[in-house]
Amino acid sequence: MMLMLELCFRFFCCGLFAIGGGLATLPFLYNISKETGWYSFSDISNMIAVSESTPGPMGVNMATYVGFHIKGILGGLAAPLSLVLPSVIIIVIISKILDKFKSSAIVQNALYGLRAASTALIAAAGIGVAKIAFLHVGEDGSLAFSELFSIINWKAIVLALAIWYGLVKWKKHPILYIVVAAVAGIVFQFH
Amino acid sequence: MKELLDMFLTFARIGGFTFGGGYAMLPMLQKEVVNGRHWATDEELMDYYAIGQCTPGIIAVNTATFVGYKNRGIPGAIAATLGVIAPSLVIIMIIAAFISNFIELSFVSSAFAGIRACVCVLIGSAVVKLAKKSLVDKGAIAIAAVVFVLSLFTSVSPALLVVVAGAIGIVLKGGKGEKK
Repeated sequence: MMLMLELCFRFFCCGLFAIGGGLATLPFLYNISKETGWYSFSDISNMIAVSESTPGPMGVNMATYVGFHIKGILGGLAAPLSLVLPSVIIIVIISKILDKFKSSAIVQNALYGLRAASTALIAAAGIGVAKIAFLHVGEDGSLAFSELFSIINWKAIVLALAIWYGLVKWKKHPILYIVVAAVAGIVFQFH
Repeated sequence: MKELLDMFLTFARIGGFTFGGGYAMLPMLQKEVVNGRHWATDEELMDYYAIGQCTPGIIAVNTATFVGYKNRGIPGAIAATLGVIAPSLVIIMIIAAFISNFIELSFVSSAFAGIRACVCVLIGSAVVKLAKKSLVDKGAIAIAAVVFVLSLFTSVSPALLVVVAGAIGIVLKGGKGEKK
């Protein structure tokens, strides 16, 4: 029972202080590992790999993995729920404030700046994914121009072009394209 | 009740097919939440993403909470949030319990190499749609260009970039903000 409470408390703090996406939870997970010994640092790299190759937000995946590791199904439910609780409370409060001041010129002007920034951040994140998807780069991200031809993942580029064509032409649900891409990856042995 | 269930299931579908972080959720949100259910507009999605960057928690979860709360109050916020995390809980626990060598399975990594290529295209098309609505004048284009370069080539925190961009918006538009 004490262990359960501690698990909830630690992930609640993690959710409260980790700002800006799933990877921001990493330093907190290292800290929990150091202080409790619930899992080792090498377990963390395993968790990252699993979290990245399964659907869903990474922070939630990591919390579930850790919780399940420590306390079975109950832990696997308690840890992610504790993780999201602080942000649910905070977002509800922000929503209320935003609704109230939505028509004010200051909020409108701030949102004008925010929307531009938001679009740019999403575009930059897309380029981050593209680098991993289309180039075979080393762990450190280094690449030499002499090898430029061999580091390009041609199969992935052909697939991306095909998907882009399909997306423009048929405008189907994104899930369909993801499933097609997964099957293509398996059939044509992407790596 | 039926609407809450619909909200839970919609966000569960989105959570179950979000590969590679909160940003990858965007194309799905546009399809289901903006075009399908009219729970939010493209502009509101951008606001949620920007605010989600500089508030605690995971962006995907924050966005779900926003959309849920806006449409159905606190029960909606809870339904949408639980929906978006439910698939993760189930999938991760199954993997943790039964498949110890999950990441070494070669078909898993092949499938993911394919999915990554697809996610790039989906994010790209989502960005094009957003840009039409967010880059409304030269000022906005300049803000976006600076944020894009800083976020690609430096390690400045996205939260800081968002806060500064908001402040610049207020300064730039300061005098001529029209009330809606």
